Amino acid sequence: MNGRTTPSQTVGPFFSIGFAWLERADLTTGASADKCVTICGRVMDGTAQPVPDALLEIWQADGTGRYALREETGARPEGHSFFGFGRVAVNEAGEFRLRTLRPGAGIGPDGAVCAPHLAISIFMRGLLKRLVTRMYFPGDPANDTDAVLSRVPARRRHTLVARLAETGEPGLVWDVHLQGDQETVFFDC
Amino acid sequence: MDRFAGYRKPAPGTQPEYLHPPYVSSLKRAPTQPLVALPETFSELTGPIFPKNLVDAKACDLTRQSNGPPLGERIVVGGQVRDEDGRPVRDSLIEIWQANAAGRYLHAGDQHDAPLDPNFLGVGQAFTNASGQYRFVTIRPGAYPWKNHPNAWRPQHIHFSLFGPAFATRLVTQMYFPGDPLLASDPIFNSVADEAARNSLVANFDWATTIPELALGFRFDIILRGPNATPMEP
Repeated sequence: MNGRTTPSQTVGPFFSIGFAWLERADLTTGASADKCVTICGRVMDGTAQPVPDALLEIWQADGTGRYALREETGARPEGHSFFGFGRVAVNEAGEFRLRTLRPGAGIGPDGAVCAPHLAISIFMRGLLKRLVTRMYFPGDPANDTDAVLSRVPARRRHTLVARLAETGEPGLVWDVHLQGDQETVFFDC
Repeated sequence: MDRFAGYRKPAPGTQPEYLHPPYVSSLKRAPTQPLVALPETFSELTGPIFPKNLVDAKACDLTRQSNGPPLGERIVVGGQVRDEDGRPVRDSLIEIWQANAAGRYLHAGDQHDAPLDPNFLGVGQAFTNASGQYRFVTIRPGAYPWKNHPNAWRPQHIHFSLFGPAFATRLVTQMYFPGDPLLASDPIFNSVADEAARNSLVANFDWATTIPELALGFRFDIILRGPNATPMEP
């Protein structure tokens, strides 16, 4: 029986009761500290106010740019079982903090190099379907030729690239702007 | 490489737009810039495959998660998850959450003047089986007021979260109940322009799902995006 994809509906204001059990803000299980990175950021709405009820889901490759495919069971190339899934909710100030393994550059289905990135879904009240975006790493040489970044208008590309934290703990900062001058690039997935 | 043929886009009108002005919360949260078309890379073609032992066997029965039975009308909600080509989506994680029978969520932000039920958490998880079938036992959720417009009430609904085989197939939706008079005025339900697609969010009362002398049954089949017929061109 064929059919059409079931429509998306918003997660509403109370999704945390359904999603909290699988919250996973630290994806680094088993990885050595020098390969890990902390990413902090804020989610802001169209009035430049922080969004206190957003949730980010992360999907990413391991340090060698490979994904935890169903067929690939057992030891990962780096000797640990990196899973690649994260789920983190923002706090009342719209802030999130994520710790993960820095992904490696990967090879795409067309054989081209994909710059290291996190694939990100964003859910919240007011979104009838998830937002899809990506976070790239500052200064990575593969960014210049990445097939996805290349499709993004140059003046908006910076919204997808994290910046180095200037204060606080070492790491990266990546903010999400739902609207406005700095509106983050969102993808038609 | 058939596995990496990519996923079809939904038919026009069968998914909501981000901006749907009758749903007031969408005004300050919907993107205003055009979306950028994403070539499918392995980031979209793969996705988390959760181990089945992640979920406790009791997690699919929301009437047995506390010391006593929750108040309300006990129901079974079951169905099949399949892709657009009718292939079962097997061993796939489903999460649900909902209000209690009085229309109140166990959430600090829910200030609706309706009682909490100490025996109802309103949260469940299950995996589909080898045929893509799933089954939850729960309580029929109550309708509740919200502030979207004067005298706004959400129709009774259960939130469903599905992953499917890939990042591209992630879906969060809501299941509604047949014959609910609140559906006609609900801006979230009516954000789906295509009538047939919209009505696919309404479960069917189903004798086969009913448990005699125990619980009425509702069938809610869920369809995830289907793979493209031909492998993606380089």
